[in-house]
Amino acid sequence: MRIAGKGLIDASKRVSFSFDGRRIEGAEGDTVASALLANDVRLVARSFKYHRPRGVLTAGSEEPNALVTTGSGAGAEPNVRATMVEIHEGLEVKSQNRWPSLGFDVLSVNDLAAPFFGAGFYYKTFMWPGALWEKLYEPLIRRAAGLGALSGKNNADRYERAYAFCDLLVIGAGPAGLMAALTAARAGADVILADEDSRMGGRLLAESEEIDGKQGHVWVAEVLAELSGMENVRLMPRTTVTGAYDQGTYGALERVGLHKAAGGHLPRECFWRIVARRSILAAGALERPIAFPDNDRPGIMNAGAVRAYLNRWGVAAGKRVAVYGNNDGAHKTARDLMAAGVEVVAVIDSRIDASVALDAPVITGGRVIGTKGRLGLEEITVASASGERQIKADCLAMSGGWNPTVHLACHMNGQPVWDEAIQSFTPKPGMIPGMEAAGAANGVFSTAGCLADGARAGEAAAADLGKKAAKTKMPKASDGAYALEPLWVVEGKGRQWLDFQNDVTVKDVRLAAKENYRSVEHMKRYTTQGMAPDQGKNSNVGALAVLADATGRGIPETGTTTYRPPFVPVSIAAMGAGAQGKGFAPQRFTTSHAASVERGAPMIEAGMWYRPSYFARPGESTWRQACDREVTMVREAVGICDVSTLGKIDVQGPDAAAFLDFVYTNTISTLPVGKVRYGLMLREDGHVMDDGTCARFGEGHFVITTTTAAAALVMRHLEFVAQGLRPDLDVQLVSVTEQWAQFGVVGPKSRDLLNDLLDAPISDETLPYMGHQAAQVMGVRGRLFRISFSGEHAYELAVPARYGEALYRVLVARAEMLGGGAYGMEALNVLRIEKGHITHAEIHGRTTAFDIGFDKMISREKDCIGQKMAAREGMVEESREQLVGLKPVGAVKQLTAGAHIFVEDAQAKRENDQGYVTSVCYSPTVQSFLGLGFLKNGRARYGERVRLVDHLRGVEAICEVVNPVFFDPEGGRLRG
Amino acid sequence: MANLVARTPCEGLLPVTIGSVTLSEVVIERMAAVAPFKGKEGAVSAALKEACDIVFPAPNRTSSKGDARAVWAGQGRANVIGCDLPDLSGLAAVTDQGDGVAAVKIEGDGAEAVLARLVPLDLRAATFKRGHTARSLVNHMAASITRLGPKSFEVMVMRSMAQTLVHELTEAAEGVAARG
Amino acid sequence: MRLICPHCGERDRREFTYQGAAEILDRPSREVGNDDWADYLHLRENPAGETKDMWYHDPCGAWIVVHRDTVTHAVHSGELASEVRK
Repeated sequence: MRIAGKGLIDASKRVSFSFDGRRIEGAEGDTVASALLANDVRLVARSFKYHRPRGVLTAGSEEPNALVTTGSGAGAEPNVRATMVEIHEGLEVKSQNRWPSLGFDVLSVNDLAAPFFGAGFYYKTFMWPGALWEKLYEPLIRRAAGLGALSGKNNADRYERAYAFCDLLVIGAGPAGLMAALTAARAGADVILADEDSRMGGRLLAESEEIDGKQGHVWVAEVLAELSGMENVRLMPRTTVTGAYDQGTYGALERVGLHKAAGGHLPRECFWRIVARRSILAAGALERPIAFPDNDRPGIMNAGAVRAYLNRWGVAAGKRVAVYGNNDGAHKTARDLMAAGVEVVAVIDSRIDASVALDAPVITGGRVIGTKGRLGLEEITVASASGERQIKADCLAMSGGWNPTVHLACHMNGQPVWDEAIQSFTPKPGMIPGMEAAGAANGVFSTAGCLADGARAGEAAAADLGKKAAKTKMPKASDGAYALEPLWVVEGKGRQWLDFQNDVTVKDVRLAAKENYRSVEHMKRYTTQGMAPDQGKNSNVGALAVLADATGRGIPETGTTTYRPPFVPVSIAAMGAGAQGKGFAPQRFTTSHAASVERGAPMIEAGMWYRPSYFARPGESTWRQACDREVTMVREAVGICDVSTLGKIDVQGPDAAAFLDFVYTNTISTLPVGKVRYGLMLREDGHVMDDGTCARFGEGHFVITTTTAAAALVMRHLEFVAQGLRPDLDVQLVSVTEQWAQFGVVGPKSRDLLNDLLDAPISDETLPYMGHQAAQVMGVRGRLFRISFSGEHAYELAVPARYGEALYRVLVARAEMLGGGAYGMEALNVLRIEKGHITHAEIHGRTTAFDIGFDKMISREKDCIGQKMAAREGMVEESREQLVGLKPVGAVKQLTAGAHIFVEDAQAKRENDQGYVTSVCYSPTVQSFLGLGFLKNGRARYGERVRLVDHLRGVEAICEVVNPVFFDPEGGRLRG
Repeated sequence: MANLVARTPCEGLLPVTIGSVTLSEVVIERMAAVAPFKGKEGAVSAALKEACDIVFPAPNRTSSKGDARAVWAGQGRANVIGCDLPDLSGLAAVTDQGDGVAAVKIEGDGAEAVLARLVPLDLRAATFKRGHTARSLVNHMAASITRLGPKSFEVMVMRSMAQTLVHELTEAAEGVAARG
Repeated sequence: MRLICPHCGERDRREFTYQGAAEILDRPSREVGNDDWADYLHLRENPAGETKDMWYHDPCGAWIVVHRDTVTHAVHSGELASEVRK
């Protein structure tokens, strides 16, 4: 019920939204919770396990009951707290975990069976037979118990992440946080003030407190006006600091556009990583419910929340309100309600000697021992010295005291300390380096105390930062003592709910203790108390008290469970913002990309690069047809292939040659200028890391290539060797992968093609196999290498990347005139398999130089990375799996990489495994399927027939073991 | 014979203005990585001073005079842009890099906010001043970030990542602009 | 987590690649026996407390020995690998 003239929002600014299809009128500034309460909607949700009717309990992010789904379709967001959702015109809100409707929910029968569903029920009941768990029990349980459902669709809404840096991060903008920020900012510190509410002020917006003779919210507005006018202050409302991490890093979730209709470029949320030299935790305190029988009916709320709805939103949570508490704070609820003209039917104080100066029916030493009302509170039963009585009430405001919001202070595994006076835990200094708590989060509960503690913390932080704070004039505010008597459990008939969100009762915790789950961590996992989305914010301290009592220990000895980030649920969309779709990884495009796409080539990913798969021509309907044609074209005419993606590293310096001798297995220092040599790199453990070519440009100047896949790895490795192992060598490494566009010109007509384009023609004499030279191509200075991956007479021509696209188009056009053309990755792969050349399919991290038949390439004349370990016994045994060629005997449909190799008539089982297949293709040149693989003692088994079995795909073939070089083993074509 | 036509990395992608921020390509005609050999940094710096009136920059700094500038480019290395290098043989490894990078200028009131969406660096004007440079990341890309002025920055990434850079900057700028 | 690059100062952990304990810098000569080589390559302390390990600062190319504490998560210093080896 909205009360005219109350609250800080303008009730005349109407905003309407829908709740389960019903149109609800609220006002600008309302949350879903305040608007529902204004419309007397008390039943908002069904509970997780028992489908109990539930209503709003709190007014903040700790809300356990009022979880709803907002939006619809792909953008629907389940399990959002109605207390945190600001309404906007057209907002769609739906209740959850009910069928067919919130008022009539079939699965509420679970509640009747509750005596059977206590803690550990699933563990005890669905133990046997084990096989049924996954098939039957779990799906059933999951359907019955639950929260909202994900849409299952791709969410197209925008999310964002961002970084911020400051001297001081103040977490929470209540009285303590505002004073802290003000004090430190006036001293010149760079301050970020973050608060999870849409409006800053904390409890000052929820209480009828005065500061310096002004209403609390007026004072707040003045402070905010000063702060927002300062260059060194950044105010971040709607921003929940969710985690405290190492070295002053904090995670924070900002609700950027959730209070508006989705669409456009405005992010829904932004996940911030804030780095702060100091921080002040001024996150306030959370009120705790009291565990009395049937304390979960809609209409039973925290007393502070009832005050917040009244003072901030002008909403009375009921027409006949009872107040129940163990502390003086609860009285404020009665006082404020009565001042607003709301009927207070009883003020029940558990303390016998409480003095209650209110003109309302007061019951001291009273206990609420039962409640009634199927879908909402109708009546409470109160016991006191004068006996039991029933009181009609539609709202019960309860307060069991307040718990400082210590969570962030505990995120690095610090343990908070028990404070007897407030019957709760407070942070101790130093739990997070650089963080201090202030105000209610620090166990200081009066307004004056919060202001002073905030100023103190602000001054201390400024001093730490080397800034001198001027003496702060303290504003005047109330300074009442906070008096309470412990009150955890009220006995009586009916369940006393502790964890509303996971439906855990006092009885469950006692059962855990009885079954010897006495450690708080065990109790938590046995009962699931504290494991729901609210992470026990409303129930942890209460549950601890029950466990402490049940195990005969004190609360401090019982201890707390571990506090972990995040403080509130963080949507994956926000945390992963910028990393989905195109943001997942950078896309690297070669200079020939557009030209390849124009020719219809499907582009495949090779690491981050995109490379053409094949270039289908008219009449070619399958990739194989295009690939076969491209292979033949290269073998008979000339093909063009962009090889720019291979890593290229410039190695320069007086010790460049010595350095390369150390990283390659073979000797590089003897390589003449103008020549290229194949090189093999090992890891220090003796396995092959990568291979490539090494071209010498001068005495102290080399350019080496790496495979596309290992380019970054090899660069990092070489830097490690240069800096960490051989800092004595004077050598510099610079990646030039991106500087040069490099194209393979491959096939018997390659030289003819090039000689049409080069300023000075080449011949076998001027540029023999494994030679290189500077080349002038169409007026551009480039580099020409005579190297080959295909076994053909071939070149690689490099030009500065700005000319890459133009040169590629020229090369392809010329090749087509000579009966050739562009070829893609598929053909490239066939060409290299025909020649038995390895790629990372073969050098996959477990193969040695011996395995691939290259052990002679490990020079003993000098030390090199991997030399020692490569010679270890076991690394060079004949029985190791060695690289072989595999050629089908007779007709086969296909070979598959990943198939295992068996002796022809042996059973295809693990014990008989002889090796495996790494690469396969159909070779139009040899006119057969071909395979490369590793076979035990393979080099001695040429001519043997083996059986290939791919259990996964159900493919089998008989092959002959052959030399892996299937085509032109003498290499005549290379030099031709 | 016809000459080969040169293309810049961001050709066809820029310039673009989003809200208060303009993204434009910085066309790099000439750029060389200069990495002094051991103990030769002073001699390299002197040679640069003599030839181009710039020095070999300290880490995270730039040196510039007219069109010539040297941008620190990681351990023991600077990228020298826009001038004819003196003969540094025997003093430094010199490697052409003018075709290897895509460079984009980000200008306007929201420039710092846009980069704050992508770069894990403290870019506040008091800490990251004009002429300061940093090797860092733009989302997942290794990048060089330089402050050119109160509201303008230059970002360089590998040439092949030009499209991704423009995409990332555009999306970040759209988000910043939408906040109003 | 923020690590220290001697060139670039304190930086977010995402800029770095981890590469194991700093003992990897003490590479034995090839005259040393296989057992010592196996120790060098494979055997590592697993300290609760002070530790030194290798990180590569990808954007600037520096290999760094980071001195930190696995219990408190404090990061004490970062030193260039090339300086450590001198």
